[in-house]
Amino acid sequence: MSAARTVTLQVNGQARSVTVDPETPLLYALRNDLGLVAAKYGCGVEQCGACAVLVDGEKAFSCTLTVEQAAGKAIVTLEGLGTPDAPHPLQKAFEAEQAVQCGYCTSGIIVAAKALLDANPDPDLPAIRLALQDHLCRCGTHSRVFRAIRRAAQEMKTRELRA
Amino acid sequence: MTDAPEKKKLPGSLSVDARIDSWLSIDAGETVTLKTGKTEFGQGIKTAIAQIGADELDISLARVRVQEADSALTVDEKLTVGSESVQQSGVAMRYAAAQARQILLQKAADHLGLAIEDLTVEDGLVSSRSTNRQVSYWQLMAGQAFNAEVTGDVAPRSPESRRLAGQNVPRLDIPAKLTGGRAFIQDMALPGLLHGRVLHPPAYKTELLKFDATAIAKLPGVVKVVQDGRFLGVIAEREDQAVRAWEVMRDATAWRELPSLPNEDNLADWLVSQETHDWLIDGGTPVDGPIPDIVEPAGASKTLEAIYTRPYLMHAPIGPSCAVAQWDGDKLTVWEQSQGVFPLQAALSCAFAIPAENIHCIHAEGAGVYGHSGSDDAAMDAAMLARALPGRPVRLQWMREDEHRWEPYGSAMVIGLQASVGAGTKLLDWNCDIWTNVHAGRPRAKMDSAGFVAAWHREKSLPPHKPADNQGKHGGGHRGATPLYDLPAMRIVKHLVKPHPLRVSSLRALGTFGNVFAQESFLDEMAHAAGQDPVAFRLAHLKDARARAVIEKAAAMAGWDPAKWGKGYGQGLAFHRYKNNKCFVAVVVEAEVDEAKGSIVIPRAWIACDAGEVINPDGAANQLEGGFLQAMSWTLKEAVRFDATRITSLDWESYPILTFKDAPEIEVGFVARPNDPPLGVGEGTAGPTPGAIGNAVFNAIGVRLRELPLTPERVRKMIVAERRG
Ligand code: FES
Ligand code: FES
Repeated sequence: MSAARTVTLQVNGQARSVTVDPETPLLYALRNDLGLVAAKYGCGVEQCGACAVLVDGEKAFSCTLTVEQAAGKAIVTLEGLGTPDAPHPLQKAFEAEQAVQCGYCTSGIIVAAKALLDANPDPDLPAIRLALQDHLCRCGTHSRVFRAIRRAAQEMKTRELRA
Repeated sequence: MTDAPEKKKLPGSLSVDARIDSWLSIDAGETVTLKTGKTEFGQGIKTAIAQIGADELDISLARVRVQEADSALTVDEKLTVGSESVQQSGVAMRYAAAQARQILLQKAADHLGLAIEDLTVEDGLVSSRSTNRQVSYWQLMAGQAFNAEVTGDVAPRSPESRRLAGQNVPRLDIPAKLTGGRAFIQDMALPGLLHGRVLHPPAYKTELLKFDATAIAKLPGVVKVVQDGRFLGVIAEREDQAVRAWEVMRDATAWRELPSLPNEDNLADWLVSQETHDWLIDGGTPVDGPIPDIVEPAGASKTLEAIYTRPYLMHAPIGPSCAVAQWDGDKLTVWEQSQGVFPLQAALSCAFAIPAENIHCIHAEGAGVYGHSGSDDAAMDAAMLARALPGRPVRLQWMREDEHRWEPYGSAMVIGLQASVGAGTKLLDWNCDIWTNVHAGRPRAKMDSAGFVAAWHREKSLPPHKPADNQGKHGGGHRGATPLYDLPAMRIVKHLVKPHPLRVSSLRALGTFGNVFAQESFLDEMAHAAGQDPVAFRLAHLKDARARAVIEKAAAMAGWDPAKWGKGYGQGLAFHRYKNNKCFVAVVVEAEVDEAKGSIVIPRAWIACDAGEVINPDGAANQLEGGFLQAMSWTLKEAVRFDATRITSLDWESYPILTFKDAPEIEVGFVARPNDPPLGVGEGTAGPTPGAIGNAVFNAIGVRLRELPLTPERVRKMIVAERRG
């Protein structure tokens, strides 16, 4: 444990300062200091994926990553993907497939799907399963999530062709 | 509440409260609030209510706001359980909104000086067909109340004229959940909010040996340390400080733990060797009295016996339970995620010995709960903490191990079956003996506060309340035990096991999961013994046309084909009508079984359902799929582990659940019955899923698996044991 100090984080393309013990898990800084509540506490030990965010483009678990470790890196949360008025294709696809029940796991899953599609724009079912292997959903949205990610990949491909 | 004799029985929850104003209000700002006493947890009840109400009122969905359960604002609709919400709340809304529309039309007719027959409504605007005169609901009402009761005489719309009910309306709660809105109680922000954690004892039976409150109070950010007997909690400025303090407390506090748990390896033997209270289940209802012996039927050519088991299972929500509480004098406000604001209010009133009207329970969404999970306990814990700092709101979330260790599990069960076939291919009898703990235990009205874990741990502690099962028709541990099949003789016995070593309560579908696993597996055993195809055998024992239709539909969807089975590939079907009065569901899965590894892969699954009128087909499909995947997880993966003193399943490694690698692709089909009453679907797949899986495995490798969960190690053992005969 150390004393609180001011740390600047790059979150969703903006510089944001938080004054916390730098050993604080990033999750709490995002949720309670920055009001970015999409990432959730599920287990605290990298077993469920509810807290997932992107750090320099890679998926990371914000429940164990400290503010200190995250400083200076590009952090992207679900809020950084899109808004209700301008949703990301993944958010649109999850809406279209209604791939949500309680939705507590959903933010982490969409973030994982973003990392997947960035690396592999046209993933097949085994690739999707693998990318989500460290995410849990208790409500049982799995088969809808498969469809939603495929739909988003399709939509992004079409967009690219049009552009 | 009893109706006055001259009144007829009103539909759904209108029998609790028939005042239109209790169900809806025409608001300023050209919106309408629809009120339900049911709670949303991602199952879509708010959307279903919106569809029904908007339809009857002739308004667009955009104008609708749904107020869910709040002890100060909504009708007391008790618990949100048993797949009853649409039948109770939805139907009440339908009649209330239809009557409200009628009143609004009459007001419009008076206002415009026109006959009611001359008026039409579109999105709340009442227009005359013959003139160009118009008036809106909002002009007519101007914030006034209806001050009228639903009589039940105003007929709701016919199924054909509904615009929204019956359609795939996107769920209203989803957009916020996809974009980081404050959709959950865990996200609630209030001015001056503090954060709490509670250190629960490490075992059921403990003595507190050492707790250093002074040391904890000195930790960074700690505002208050709360102790009441073995109830230990901490409140801090920041959430991470509360978590840190909790960790320090956990490591520095010393307990004496006393053994109280049976041997998990012999759980089935333990269950059947305990003292029991036995009831004969007659027509779905337990009857006290002498238990008849099994009588071998005359003319039996083959008689089989088998024993099936299920272990203790968790609800295990992905987000641990959470609540926010604030005390002002002797008034308590709790934002909470339980399945019923009124039962919780009543139980908290007992716990704190204050009148129920001093307690305001406001439901807010948490992670999915699937029955009585830790939600109520979190509300009590939050209230215990907040009491130490009056005037300040405290948000309490359980840590992962709190949830795994202290939630009330679904009870373990042993189900023994015996049946005979005669010279023909018909079953001659059906004998079923169930050993189970209770499937009930919520803190609620008229009991006491002992349904809360915190109540056991306080200085003036209460013993866990006397376990009593839900003894209603198709309730508790006998839910699902009475087959819908036409059977000449049925003997079903419930042996309620008296000792309750683990904390148990209601888990989605109660006894159904274990009972129907046994029933539908054993039915296949009997079909096999009679040399019959499992689908044909079921149909030969079912006159019920709706039951037959879903079985036939599921088989057709899946391309049922026994010729393809064997060499590690099989299809399996199971059927159940939930509670014998809710939706009809047939499930088919295909299984790929690797005998050497003991692994079972389910690549695809098909679900056929008849749920009467379906308000939101895609929403219902989502529920059926979710119920299937959860039951598949119970079947293949889950068992609460414990040693003599402690629960040892404390995280997702020690309590594995279904992963994305395991999940099949699923297809859902409905038998359309828009003119029949709506039947809930939330628990429809919990019964047939395990049997479908067990049957598919049998059809793949010829080995019958009767002990859950079907983990590879256990499957390998069962295969060896079966083959040895
Ligand atoms: S909360 Fe971070 S992985 Fe579970
Ligand atoms: S939607 Fe509830 S946990 Fe995934």
